[in-house]
Amino acid sequence: MEHASARVPLYSRLVVALPAGLFVWFASMVPSVAGGEAQFASIGWLPQLGVDLAFHVDGLGLLFALLITGVGTLILLYASEYMRGHPQVGRFTAFLVAFMLSMLGVVLSDNLIVLFVFWELTTLTSFLLIGYSHEDSAARRAALQSLIVTGAGALAMLAGFVLLGNAAGSYSLREMLAGGADLAGHPAYVAMLVLVLAGAFTKSAQFPFHFWLPNAMAAPTPVSAYLHSATMVKAGVFLLARLNPVLGGTDEWAMTLTGFGAFTAVYSAAVALTRTDLKQILAYTTLMALGVCVMFIGLPQGRGADEVPLGAVAAVAFVFVHALYKAPLFMVAGTIDHSAGTRDIRSLGGLRKAMPWSLLAAALAALSMSGVPPFAGFVGKEILYSSAIGSTYGVAATAAIVTANAMIVSAALLVVAVPFLGQRPATRPTPHEGRWPMWIGSLVLGVAALAAGLFPRLAFEWLLLPAAGAVAGRQPHFEASLWHGFNLPLALSVVTLSAGALAYRQRNRLTGALGSALARLRVTGDSAYDWLMNGIARVSVAHTRILQCGIQRRYLLIVFATLGASVLTTLVVKGVIAWPAHVPDVSFVEWLLATLIAASALVTIRSHSRLLAIVALGVVGTGIALIFLLHGASDVAMTQLMVETLVVVIVAMVLLKLPGFRREVRQTRLGRWRDAIVSCVVGLTTTLVLLAVTAEPSHRRLTEYFQRTAVPEGFGQNVVNVILVDFRGLDTLGEISVLALAAVSAYTLINWRPRRSARAAAPSKAFSEAEGAAKPETLS
Amino acid sequence: MNTLVLRVATRILFPLILVSSVFMLLRGHNEPGGGFVGGLIASIGFSLHVFVSGAEALRRMLRTDPRWIAAVGLGVAIISGLVGPYAAGTPFLTSAWTSVGGVKVGTPLFFDVGVYLVVVGAMLTFILGIKEQG
Repeated sequence: MEHASARVPLYSRLVVALPAGLFVWFASMVPSVAGGEAQFASIGWLPQLGVDLAFHVDGLGLLFALLITGVGTLILLYASEYMRGHPQVGRFTAFLVAFMLSMLGVVLSDNLIVLFVFWELTTLTSFLLIGYSHEDSAARRAALQSLIVTGAGALAMLAGFVLLGNAAGSYSLREMLAGGADLAGHPAYVAMLVLVLAGAFTKSAQFPFHFWLPNAMAAPTPVSAYLHSATMVKAGVFLLARLNPVLGGTDEWAMTLTGFGAFTAVYSAAVALTRTDLKQILAYTTLMALGVCVMFIGLPQGRGADEVPLGAVAAVAFVFVHALYKAPLFMVAGTIDHSAGTRDIRSLGGLRKAMPWSLLAAALAALSMSGVPPFAGFVGKEILYSSAIGSTYGVAATAAIVTANAMIVSAALLVVAVPFLGQRPATRPTPHEGRWPMWIGSLVLGVAALAAGLFPRLAFEWLLLPAAGAVAGRQPHFEASLWHGFNLPLALSVVTLSAGALAYRQRNRLTGALGSALARLRVTGDSAYDWLMNGIARVSVAHTRILQCGIQRRYLLIVFATLGASVLTTLVVKGVIAWPAHVPDVSFVEWLLATLIAASALVTIRSHSRLLAIVALGVVGTGIALIFLLHGASDVAMTQLMVETLVVVIVAMVLLKLPGFRREVRQTRLGRWRDAIVSCVVGLTTTLVLLAVTAEPSHRRLTEYFQRTAVPEGFGQNVVNVILVDFRGLDTLGEISVLALAAVSAYTLINWRPRRSARAAAPSKAFSEAEGAAKPETLS
Repeated sequence: MNTLVLRVATRILFPLILVSSVFMLLRGHNEPGGGFVGGLIASIGFSLHVFVSGAEALRRMLRTDPRWIAAVGLGVAIISGLVGPYAAGTPFLTSAWTSVGGVKVGTPLFFDVGVYLVVVGAMLTFILGIKEQG
């Protein structure tokens, strides 16, 4: 698929300038935002609904914007090399850039509805990117799965947003946060919480909705590195962080977030150790990171929490630290895949000499991931630990985070030590280092992780504390430093590292035990998804068999029976059946026409010849046209006349083509009675509706308006035509579009020839199933 | 159906019907008529022609697939709606009028021509499709 000799298109390198420029622009906002000045811009969109394209850069939004554009720059550079020689690299680049801009929209939107729109745009672009290798059925399935899971969650979230906006009186996040609306006591609080969490948990892949994320690894590696570790899956975390001041602070919030987050973190860290594909291991450690973020956003703080909202600081710091180590590890996994031809750690080893730069980048990232001083990961982990210890769920929270982190240390060793150290399997081809764009990005991020660890004060004061302040709803006073002295968090760090190293040494025994325990799970998210999808397919097949049996007569019966029953019920329930007060005189000509119409209708029913029936039906239509003409609606009458003529001509042509014209199939006796009853009900209903309408005094406001304005504004005497082509031109445009589309569809249907085998099997099957209950039809 | 009477009558009626369809189209703004009725009348004329001379003869005469006629009609209608926005900055489909040698000409006329073409194209697509069905 990839060809080393193929040229990298110029645009795929030039496009890197877009995120780079945006990164610089956002970086220039850092001093003012850190100083407490949020940037704001708004464009009117739907002011009537309180929906404006409003964007708002505060500490939290800026941190995410910098991660999105910064990591995005490096990923686009990496992707330009990774996708070298791929036939559809232009499309790929476009999707990736579209995703980046949508993601920026999510984190910078001030309006909840706008945020939802961008949120769904990230879902769509993610769908396109996961399903990028569309010849691969696994990729298609993974793409659809992520679309359905996150899309369903997003719909729930939209409902939650509407409740939230109504309760707070504004869709603007800024106003909501500034107003300090107390929604905890609102009667719909639980509904809001459940709906918003449904969106956030599906997007950020919290258990039990986690299954789509490992499947999404079917996407090309740059996508996994960008969307499914550093950015998109963090959208749910972002939303929870953003709404924490509005929805948080209650027991429901704390328990749900901490519970789901902690379980996801521990469960997925354990699963990570049982995987052998590099990307799968990284995917499950990403789930762990998302669980940790969710957990610490919700974690209620105990003593001294008024001064330092440590949970918010810990969550924000972990988002930052995770982006700096996970994106490089994914990129290195992709480079290994390119160079060594596999991502399976069982057939990897000894790459250190062949790929020195990748090794350096991977080592920096893995050290940060394990939380070894002096890396950013260490600082982040210390804050996680002190926050967990100080929380109201002290022991349980600490145990969960330490367990998860110890397994993450093992996973870090698994993805770096196994491929690079040890002996190279003799059977594999000779690996080689990738070109510079393949490793420069991961190296930059690894060095950034080291720098942020060495100078924690800088990172915290400029970026993380303003973000944590937005999460907590107040500015935290927090002194970040690398060295806190000998205390409990440090001891826990030592425990974590030793336990992780031990677990790595004993990995064969450990993965065996974990693997057999996981294999015992009967119902997984994936199997539940399949069950649901198959169920939908079964239901739709069943109702298609009933409603779309392929028999025109049955369709008409269903349509008219439904129409008659529903309209008649409405008329009776609403009690609008009325006899008009003033019955107009009926002239002799009108009586004559009515008799003609009724007689033709009778001929249509009684006729044994289709041709006679259709001609008689034409007479009915012509009679109606004449009634229009009598009442001065010459345009309508003329059109009706033309339509009737053409219908007779076209149907006659069809009838001439039909096989076995004379051997007409007749209904059973019972069927004819049923049809007669339905027809009479529809006729009665139509009559009652017309009587009810004429019983109302007619409004002539529109008639007068059009008669008054047709000449001065439309320059035409024929009011009907002026309405059609001028006043209501858009309606006419819609109608002729439908007409053109119907013609093309009919042409396709007429010229459609089912394949011989399908023709022999399918229609007769549908027919026999649909008509199975009815008696065999007799021939006349 | 292809009788001598029908053949001779069609030879005279077909051009008359087409001319009257255009007449209906053009007079529609002030008298009963318009693009829709005009298109239907023309379709009736063409279906007479099909009955007498067959589908192939009509295709030869049209020189193009009737689906193209419908597509061109839709295009004409949309473009006529764009004249207003470009010329005067008014919303889509707002009519724009000008005077050519004392005769008022406006975009609704072109819109109506578009309707006429769509109706003719769609109807001929049906008729030819059915006629050519083996």
